[in-house]
Amino acid sequence: MINTQNFTIERSSVELKKDDFVSDQMVKWCPGCGAHAILSSVANVFPKLGYKKENVMIVSGIGCSSRFPYYVNTYGIHGIHGRAAAISSGVKIANPHLSVWMTTGDGDSLAIGGNHFIHIIRRNIDINIILFNNQIYGLTKGQYSPTTPMGSITKTSPQGTIEHPFNVGELVLGAQGTFFARCPDGNPKLMTEIMFEAARHDGTSIVEILENCVIFADKTHDLITNKEYRDDRQIILRNGEPMIFGKNKDKGIILKGTQLEVVTIGENGITEDDLLVHDMYQQDPGIHLMLAKMAYPHYPVAMGVIRSANYPTYDDMVEEQITFGQQHSNIKCVDDLLNSGDTWEIK
Amino acid sequence: MVKTKSNVIEKEAVVVKFVGDSGDGMQLSGTLFSDTAALAGLDLATFPDYPAEIRAPHNTIAGVSGFQVHVGAKKIETTGDNCDVLVAMNPASLKSNLKWAKPGATIIVDADAFDEPAFKKAGYSANPLEDGSLSKYNLVKAPISSFTRETLKDSGLDTKTAEKSKNMFALGIMYHLFSWDFTATYQFFEKKFKNKPQIIAANRKVLEAGYSYADTVEALSSVYQVNKASIPPGKYRNITGNIATAWGFLAASERSGRPLFLGSYPITPATDILIELAKHKSLGAKVFQAEDEIAGICSAIGASYTGSLAITSTSGPGLSLKSEAIGLAVMTELPLVIVNVQRGGPSTGLPTKSEQSDLYQALFGRNGECPVVVLAASSSANCFYYAYMAAKIAMEHMTPVILLTDGYLGNGSQLFKIPRVADLPSIHPPIAEPNDPDYLPYRRNPETLARKWAIPGTEGLRHRIGGLEKEDGKGSVSTDPLNHQKMVDLREAKVQKVAEFVPEQEIIGEKEGDLLVVSWGGTLGAVQEAVEQAQKNGQKVSHAHFNYIMPLPKNTAEVFAGFKKIIVCELNSGQFVNYLRMTHPQYKYLKYNKVQGLPFTVAELTQVITKTLEEN
Repeated sequence: MINTQNFTIERSSVELKKDDFVSDQMVKWCPGCGAHAILSSVANVFPKLGYKKENVMIVSGIGCSSRFPYYVNTYGIHGIHGRAAAISSGVKIANPHLSVWMTTGDGDSLAIGGNHFIHIIRRNIDINIILFNNQIYGLTKGQYSPTTPMGSITKTSPQGTIEHPFNVGELVLGAQGTFFARCPDGNPKLMTEIMFEAARHDGTSIVEILENCVIFADKTHDLITNKEYRDDRQIILRNGEPMIFGKNKDKGIILKGTQLEVVTIGENGITEDDLLVHDMYQQDPGIHLMLAKMAYPHYPVAMGVIRSANYPTYDDMVEEQITFGQQHSNIKCVDDLLNSGDTWEIK
Repeated sequence: MVKTKSNVIEKEAVVVKFVGDSGDGMQLSGTLFSDTAALAGLDLATFPDYPAEIRAPHNTIAGVSGFQVHVGAKKIETTGDNCDVLVAMNPASLKSNLKWAKPGATIIVDADAFDEPAFKKAGYSANPLEDGSLSKYNLVKAPISSFTRETLKDSGLDTKTAEKSKNMFALGIMYHLFSWDFTATYQFFEKKFKNKPQIIAANRKVLEAGYSYADTVEALSSVYQVNKASIPPGKYRNITGNIATAWGFLAASERSGRPLFLGSYPITPATDILIELAKHKSLGAKVFQAEDEIAGICSAIGASYTGSLAITSTSGPGLSLKSEAIGLAVMTELPLVIVNVQRGGPSTGLPTKSEQSDLYQALFGRNGECPVVVLAASSSANCFYYAYMAAKIAMEHMTPVILLTDGYLGNGSQLFKIPRVADLPSIHPPIAEPNDPDYLPYRRNPETLARKWAIPGTEGLRHRIGGLEKEDGKGSVSTDPLNHQKMVDLREAKVQKVAEFVPEQEIIGEKEGDLLVVSWGGTLGAVQEAVEQAQKNGQKVSHAHFNYIMPLPKNTAEVFAGFKKIIVCELNSGQFVNYLRMTHPQYKYLKYNKVQGLPFTVAELTQVITKTLEEN
């Protein structure tokens, strides 16, 4: 078993404020776009993480989500389409003393960047990934994405899409994800809680934001997020608490046989004690997967941190191997290497 | 060892080729033969020639694996056109390699392997050892398999294990032919089979048996004498081009103080660079085997931003996949080395064969106006130096550099004079100082036009870069038309400025004459030897071999000016010649090209030179 060291990130000697991360660039997202809420949440969270401000870095790909690095004053790379996960892998492996954040979208990470997305998760590199899921290609003006609900009419699906969409949580857990959280863009308090949890987690953290695109997919998450009925269609999971939801806090989730089931407290003899208690730290992903897959209309959609399991991170293990190599190899410098093995002198 | 024969043929150089079935151990025989030659003080060059399949069907042409060694008392520049001695362990290997044997060459075969099923499988209708078809060669029908079995009958080894030593019997014959001793090979056995004394004893016994056998054979009554080469004094080792490349990067990392990061994906024939660097964690090398070629280069770009000497290694198909990301490195003006160990293309092409056909791709294969520095190594040993220079240029000039080698250089080996890291040119990356009040992401050093390298974690330098066009100086996103023109021009000028910092182009031979032979990259050895022969014959021929391709050395025009004719020889359909026609249109260029997955032979180039001089 490899002993992980959790390389620490240097902390700021002074208390940081929101202003310390404000960039001088004009924010160019559409008015009403869900991305503004994400920016605001991150702006609140970064100073409170306590890291030295020079040790925070943001990497992005291409798309509306990926303009994010310009709007926060950190070190940053605005990369190329789909490759943010690969770029940020290099950043974190090369310098594990950075707090690395990545912003991406459903097209960027689940279509063109799908390969990098599953592999960064599998390797468990300590990067916090915020995935803006608006179920549409916004920057190219309205083509369907890998998360667009089947049957949706978009510019490239005039008769409705004929593709099965990805459920982000299912994909993340299928790739052996150690952290997955979900949050609607209209719940800033929960979003901020989640950002802290993601930062605290050692390993790849995926935070899926159900984001509204006012122009090309307005109200795409409305069935879940509309104020009228969101309490009945969402469940906010909190570690150690029973799974209760509903406007009247009278509904809950139980495990029946091998499946989750929605129950009403007080009906059929069900009490709060019968409900599942959320354990986000559980190693076995079985229940987490079932929670991530819950979908309207049969279930409430799970929000909050669904999974935060502790596994060794790739970047820690790289450092371990380097340290081991330095302690145990006779080759201490390149001259040693050049003169190692079979050599001979010609006079 | 007492020699009972006195018929000694003095040779300046000898080419030996070991060929057999993939599992016959020919690579090992060749390697041990080379090591012993090196210890005997000879110069040498080697090339393994193996099939793309790991184990093709037994006794088929597809499964033939070979190892060619050129040893000599003179400076050895190539692995040799044709061989003086061919060791063929089965009919298929004889069939596919006989064309590389010189007339009158000594051919040593394992006669036991020439049964009817085997020679028929190789495509012979009759046994070539019996039908007189080899009469113009000095044929040695050695019962290698049966003598190996016989030698080991009391060893306690089973027949199958015993027969595996037959490559050592063949090697023993070769040692007799060259009158070499077994010391180095014995040492190898001791190391390789550390805890298997039985195997060590068996291999020694078979090696000695091969030697003794050769002593009794009439056809082997002559032995070669190759005198020690006049090699400059110093400490030497044998090195392949891929390992030399990896070590050049390690040296550049140490000398620059920048940690090494390699992001790479396995691909023939470049994988050995990845394998080699993965061994050197003790030198701080971080090696990331990515999920694909794109992730290989993108992870390297991320590492480069954080201040590492970032490298990605690949071959032609992988370079295609990396094109977009090279553009990102050009736009972000980050240092990055992309190694392309070229192979035959297009598409999957000829993975184990060598070509120079990725030059256009290296120079032009990206969207937009996207200049990068391009270097090409020209020998297995100097892959070390050009890898080092690629890293130095990338870091000092803040630019991606494509280093072209090829499968022939990468897998081939050569004697390498071991340098001292302290003697290599120093490397000074333009790292931005903390809290530099004048820092701007795209402010440039007027001499190099390089921007500064501001490393995350440094106070007072937070900035964002990316693939969108940037405002000159400040680095904000800009779509301003005149700014774009300016930035395009600056990126081009920055790369062209590298010419001020690299050596001038040399001419081998007189500065004026009837013909200048121009070559680049991996063809150096063959072209140089052909030109030297022509010069000895009194022909007014000189040679210019290019390693700095983009930008070209600043004296390139002067080099061309002194000759009546210029011929550009390369292993593609004419990519460098067209590049010269574009960059130096004032001269007329002839060309000689070959795209067969094979290196140039000295003989063909000699003919080309003569013919070119004769034509009006």
